[in-house]
Amino acid sequence: MQFTAMILSNVEVSPGYWRMRMTAPPECAASRPGQFVMVRVNGAIDPLLRRPFGIFDIGTYTPAQSGAIPQPYLEMLYRVVGKGTAMLSTLHGSDLLDVLGPLGKGFDLGSPAEEKLIVGGGVGLAPLYLLAKELAQGSEVRLFAGGKTRDDILCITEFERLGVECYTATEDGSLGECGLVTEALLRRLDQLQGGATIYACGPHGMLNAVAGIAAERGIPCQVSLEGYMACGVGACLGCVAPGHSHSPDTPDFRCVCTEGPVFESGELKWRDRP
Amino acid sequence: MKSAIKPDMTVNLAGINLRNPVMTASGTFGYGEEFAEYVDMESIGAFVTKGLSLKPRAGNPTPRIVETPGGMLNAIGLQNVGIDAFIAKKVPYLRSVNTPAIANFFGSTVDEYAEMARRLDEIPEVAGLEINISCPNVKQGGIVFGTDPGCAASVVSACRAASKKPLIVKLSPNVTDVVTMAKACEDAGADALSLINTLTGMAIDLDRRRPILANITGGFSGPAIKPIALRMVWQVAKGVKLPIIGIGGIMNATDALEFMLAGATAVQVGTASFINPGAAQKIAEDMEAWLIAHGISDIRSMIGALET
Repeated sequence: MQFTAMILSNVEVSPGYWRMRMTAPPECAASRPGQFVMVRVNGAIDPLLRRPFGIFDIGTYTPAQSGAIPQPYLEMLYRVVGKGTAMLSTLHGSDLLDVLGPLGKGFDLGSPAEEKLIVGGGVGLAPLYLLAKELAQGSEVRLFAGGKTRDDILCITEFERLGVECYTATEDGSLGECGLVTEALLRRLDQLQGGATIYACGPHGMLNAVAGIAAERGIPCQVSLEGYMACGVGACLGCVAPGHSHSPDTPDFRCVCTEGPVFESGELKWRDRP
Repeated sequence: MKSAIKPDMTVNLAGINLRNPVMTASGTFGYGEEFAEYVDMESIGAFVTKGLSLKPRAGNPTPRIVETPGGMLNAIGLQNVGIDAFIAKKVPYLRSVNTPAIANFFGSTVDEYAEMARRLDEIPEVAGLEINISCPNVKQGGIVFGTDPGCAASVVSACRAASKKPLIVKLSPNVTDVVTMAKACEDAGADALSLINTLTGMAIDLDRRRPILANITGGFSGPAIKPIALRMVWQVAKGVKLPIIGIGGIMNATDALEFMLAGATAVQVGTASFINPGAAQKIAEDMEAWLIAHGISDIRSMIGALET
């Protein structure tokens, strides 16, 4: 669906990373973890296209006036990377946004009995908070958050409040372990008693490593991909990712916006990708 | 107060009756059903399918699209389900909608174009054919046929012989003289012309010293190309008798009406549908409102009404 959202807050939570809360129609309350929205930053022709953002959280707030009834809101966590996101970061409460969504196929929550291992890198944490919130209601959940520096480790306190055990790693050692967060993931996998599912979103290198680990150990793994897309509804075909049997002679492309953005890692091709 | 009279928005495009002149452009509207949630399909004049070929095509590697100021470049590579899957999986939806569906198609040889025209001719749900001789993004995507008048004529003649349905030829702007191409298609038996397809363009990542698109070059579309498209529609309208479908950066009713003044009988909305999936419907509604506001009773009076 397409709707006009009013910004409720837009705050820089870490250098270069912003968290925006906006009003949402009641239909958005049914958003699934892993779904995304396409946001038009303004009505002008530059930037021309909408920008895709993972849904960070949904909930309700009660407006300040007396007698107000709770209203649904939607949150997104975004990184300022170019002109569109830079403009988004200058918007304030009461500004309006044109939003399309929720779009795409979200995460499969699986069986509550299994341990849930969530792996996120930088802004890849965006769709994982709503996931952790839902998973933590019935399962043991652990978060493995990685980044180049401490600035890339976002909203950990919020995850901890859900009762999620958090492991952090940074490449420069400024927060948590020094190195890649997949090391902590591997250690946890070594200690596993029962079944587990891995959920990951982040830079391609991280997803590639996580998908490799999952395949090696025979653990189900779902990844959420980013795609450069114009429409978000399966028409432009800009955001495709190679499926597992893809080769130049037997092309197999999956549409990230409609078939994903969440895929079983085994559905995708991981080698030969930059 | 005098009540506003609803203007006549209908146009006849080479025998296809359109409830209004607003169509959707190939490659920007899927096979129609992708947009059913956002557009009342019976509020637009017609829609055009993604370009079809005999065999399915997977398209180009990624990145396939990049935004530039006022526009975007795409190099999708004619990804499509192929004619057999189109008939099996996409035509049933066309049957459910009371709006003409135009099948856009391409081939890599004259024979393939003719075979596609023959296959599409057998589908009752297809109201007309749009021959793509102008895709800039694949070697065999038709651009060779779209830049040489003799090659274009041979494709059109072969399709003409293979199909009785209205034949629209989609022209490339990447030529020295678009009017020469238009005349060659007219002489070869085309019923209408649509223009312009995308302009060949390029975007570079300075830091990486690499092209942004995996295909290096791509087709440039969006509001930035509108002045070029308007000029070409105006030139072709003066040079041929065929009805013209104006395409190129149409974002709103004003843009659409300008194309009609320049000589277009209908228009196609492309990139705008990516930004607002309901764009075509909104443009059709706003065109009608403009006519009412200006006391114009018949949209056809706008066609070619440019004063120079």
